Amino acid sequence: MTTIINVPHSLEDKSFEQVLDQVAPLPLDEKIIVDTRHARWASPYGLTALLALAQSRAERPILYVPEADNVSSYWSRMDFFKHAAELYELQGRVRTARAAETSVLLEVTSISKSDDVHDVVDKIQQRAQDALVKNLNLDAKITMRFTMALSEVCQNIVEHAGRGGWVAVQTYTWRVRLGGRKVVVIAVADPGIGFRESLESAPSFQRKERWDDGQALEETVMRGASRFRDPGRGQGLAGVRRFVGNWDGKLSIRSGTARIAVLPKGDWDEDEPLLENLSYFPGAQVQITIPERVA
Amino acid sequence: MINHIDVSSMLRKSVCELYSNLVTRPTGAAVRCEIEQELDRIGDRALTVIDFSHVGLLDFSCADEIVAKLLLQYVSTDAPRREVYFLFRGISESHMEAIEAVLERHRLALVTQHTDGRSRLVGIIDLEERRAWEIISQLGAGASSDVADAIGLSRDDAERTLDKLWRRRLLIRHDNGYVAVGSASAPSEPMRLDA
Repeated sequence: MTTIINVPHSLEDKSFEQVLDQVAPLPLDEKIIVDTRHARWASPYGLTALLALAQSRAERPILYVPEADNVSSYWSRMDFFKHAAELYELQGRVRTARAAETSVLLEVTSISKSDDVHDVVDKIQQRAQDALVKNLNLDAKITMRFTMALSEVCQNIVEHAGRGGWVAVQTYTWRVRLGGRKVVVIAVADPGIGFRESLESAPSFQRKERWDDGQALEETVMRGASRFRDPGRGQGLAGVRRFVGNWDGKLSIRSGTARIAVLPKGDWDEDEPLLENLSYFPGAQVQITIPERVA
Repeated sequence: MINHIDVSSMLRKSVCELYSNLVTRPTGAAVRCEIEQELDRIGDRALTVIDFSHVGLLDFSCADEIVAKLLLQYVSTDAPRREVYFLFRGISESHMEAIEAVLERHRLALVTQHTDGRSRLVGIIDLEERRAWEIISQLGAGASSDVADAIGLSRDDAERTLDKLWRRRLLIRHDNGYVAVGSASAPSEPMRLDA
């Protein structure tokens, strides 16, 4: 049996839940067709999560590519199809990338080893200064901190996921509130073991009375827990939290059936600090959003 | 003896010729091993400048591997591995953010030296220790009597505080007194501390 998974027109972290609601009940070896033909836009989160979705399936899925030329060519520009071709059976016409998109800070990039993190850091430093300082009016100090945060979230894949994942970085206009404000977004997705299983693998792990994906996220993100006994571990995400706090940003991490969010102090976004009982998706999907500075 | 270790060179030597950023835990561990090998060659008592001037980015994982784990081996109130003192140079504002986070996590402290030659104590240190260190640093060199007089401690308490700072390798014991790591009177030419 083959099931068609309808992808919403606008594919970002929240609308991706609609995809997962369709996929989660299916057996892993059931063939699926991921239908993006009517997609009009996808955030870095949407693109990286689509790749993680394919990795999570036992049977190679089919991807119906977007019909709109500009969408298809943009996804090509993001290197999405380059990676998707290895994970999906692509059906439909893939447009080639048009002129360089200045909003793309980092194309969809595979992360599976420490060297990949070095490559990402080297690449982003060359592009981040202009995008963050000139386009988003942020203080020049942000560039290094932004790259540090990117490095830490990528390392989570290498250190904890148990398999490879993806990262992408882009600037775009956030339309949820305030009539459109520019943001820069880092998205990192993997289909690995996730936060709960990572903590459970610690030799000293003791199951609490209530223990689930939400608890595991709270322990890790809010209290710096780690599966390693080394007291120096767990500082990466703490540093990322400080970074988003200092720049009025937002950090959200989804793992298993829960999603935790460190919310901005400003009013540019409204979200729940913790969402539970979501449709199951393996691994971890991280999004960092930093808004432009407004006077 | 005063030694100079360029962290960027250690990175290129131990990990990759092309890298200039200190990111990822394995990279940090490799660089620390390289620094430790360098320290093994320089004897049991030495002042070593750890120079970050040519390092681009330092992330939290690398700061933990290089700075915190290095200090943890050589700085202890019980039995330090050897009498090695560290002076950190070339620390940028963004490096400092990562370094301060790991110092806080492990309750460590270190001395940084700025381009104008002034030194600063950073990390976890109590008020009395900080005042004692600053007195010795301002004097160039001093003894427990100097600290006792300046901050109103008994001679014994001042000696205990200075001994603790020495064990944390923030002060150097020298000629029946103490010299602050990074102070103006710290020898600038290579010399043996045990001479």
